[in-house]
Amino acid sequence: MARSFAIKHQPGFSAIAATCFVVLYLPIIVLVVYAFNAATSTSEWGGFSLKWFQSASQNSQVIDATLRSFQIGAIAAILATIFATMAALATTRTAPYRGLTFKYAAINQPLMVPEIVTGVALLIFFSRIKIFTGYSGLGYLIAAHTAFCIPFAYLPIRARLENMDLTLERAAADLYATPWQTFRRITLPLLWPGILAGLMLAFVISLDDVVITEFVKSGGQDTLPTYMLGQIRRGITPEINAISTVFLLLSVAIVTLFFFISRKRD
Amino acid sequence: MASAEEVAKEAERRDIRDRWLLSAPALLVIFFAATGPLLIVLVYSFLTPGPYGDVKWHFSPEAWISVFMERDIFDDTLSLAAAHVTIFWRSIKLAIITTIATLVLGFPTAYFMATRSEKTRDLWLFLITIPFWTNLLIRTFAVLQIIRNEGLINTVLLKLGIISAPIQILFTDTAILVGMAYVYLPLMVLPIYASMEKLDFRLVEAGYDLYATRFQVLRRIIFPLVKPGVIAGSILVFIPALGAYVTPSVLGGGKNMMLSNLIELQFGQGRNWPLGSALSIAVMVIVMVALLAYVRNAGRSEVRHG
Repeated sequence: MARSFAIKHQPGFSAIAATCFVVLYLPIIVLVVYAFNAATSTSEWGGFSLKWFQSASQNSQVIDATLRSFQIGAIAAILATIFATMAALATTRTAPYRGLTFKYAAINQPLMVPEIVTGVALLIFFSRIKIFTGYSGLGYLIAAHTAFCIPFAYLPIRARLENMDLTLERAAADLYATPWQTFRRITLPLLWPGILAGLMLAFVISLDDVVITEFVKSGGQDTLPTYMLGQIRRGITPEINAISTVFLLLSVAIVTLFFFISRKRD
Repeated sequence: MASAEEVAKEAERRDIRDRWLLSAPALLVIFFAATGPLLIVLVYSFLTPGPYGDVKWHFSPEAWISVFMERDIFDDTLSLAAAHVTIFWRSIKLAIITTIATLVLGFPTAYFMATRSEKTRDLWLFLITIPFWTNLLIRTFAVLQIIRNEGLINTVLLKLGIISAPIQILFTDTAILVGMAYVYLPLMVLPIYASMEKLDFRLVEAGYDLYATRFQVLRRIIFPLVKPGVIAGSILVFIPALGAYVTPSVLGGGKNMMLSNLIELQFGQGRNWPLGSALSIAVMVIVMVALLAYVRNAGRSEVRHG
């Protein structure tokens, strides 16, 4: 009997795919394993130990950088999500109007420019403002992070809105709900999964940023990634592996949550 | 009394005004902390460097000249700035090779994912999404630990007796290439997968019915249909690869600079902000050209496929 002809088969494709998945995960697994290495050198295995996690958690620079990362990430993600929600409401479920294309382009602009260029531009602009106002706090980093988080927060919110028709909102308006009541009771609850997804995306993007932060930060404003970059340039210790492992776990947790929230809508 | 038409028009006008008010905060933040400062970079590229960094407000085309030319300090003649040309060439070359490498690896991977059953497809998608959202610095650091002299690759090859001394991969162009292909692979797979998922396999079947070979089906049916995804993926990889900062800083060492490291140098030890600004604008121009080519190409393929 002839074997049935598999129309979806392409020779070698599965092998390449398998290689890709192995190659994607192997370095990450090695990195995590060596975080539990008792040896001081990162090149040999000296038995299982948690000492690098312990030393990282007692390192005041690591603690400071972590707290700063979370502070910037939380504020920037919340602001970006609020602004992106408003922008998404303004740019969906409407006939095309003058300026709509401009808005799309403007909101997505941070994605089109290499980070290094934005970093340099903000370095120049903010250094002027610093001289002018004398203020050199975290505000600059928060503003920069909010700006580049907006397009990421905007994506899932807009996608969600585009799948919602206006029937329920019209029904509410027919029943004499004020625009605010309609938004509060109808639009917002329906839109919530999109907003949550946008918030998490924005938070992860802010938490991961190296380049723009590296250029915008003033002295003593290291975030966790810029602190790690500085350490890696100086030479590597298993402590970096330990910090990376915790960071990885956090990212995986957020991505998993994001994945389930955005899957739910289908 | 206003006519019904006027009332409708007034309502529409109010709606559009509200829509501008709603988008104002997002647009303002992006203007002040992303788009606007780019214009200042353009202005700075035409000024004179200040002695301790920053600029003096004198117009000067010198920065733009020194992007590609060097002025001899004795007789003031101009010659090609070999170092800058090398770095431009290296960045463009590495960005193109990275794009091709991720395409060659990513296309079959996306195809594999898209041809799984509905249930397992989500799992594969999840597996490719995790590295995508994992910190780029951490992933680069993971590559560093694999390819360095005491890393996994060299240790295994030494133990197997294939090599007698570790191969120096770290701090070479190859290291940057491997690192960039590694970190940007998900950016190639995801858009290709998105168009592959919508692929109608009845067309593939029709091809086989008409005696097409596997390769012909791939080249004449599958590839043209997922081309928008391929183009989107290529752009998503090319732009960050061209401006890559973290990967060359960590894996390239001091000698193998890319454009971003050269730009950073001008704002640090180089103390030549106008040159750094001119180089940044040059990077932007290359990206814009790539984007324009993309938009034109995408437009054309849309017309062709209706």
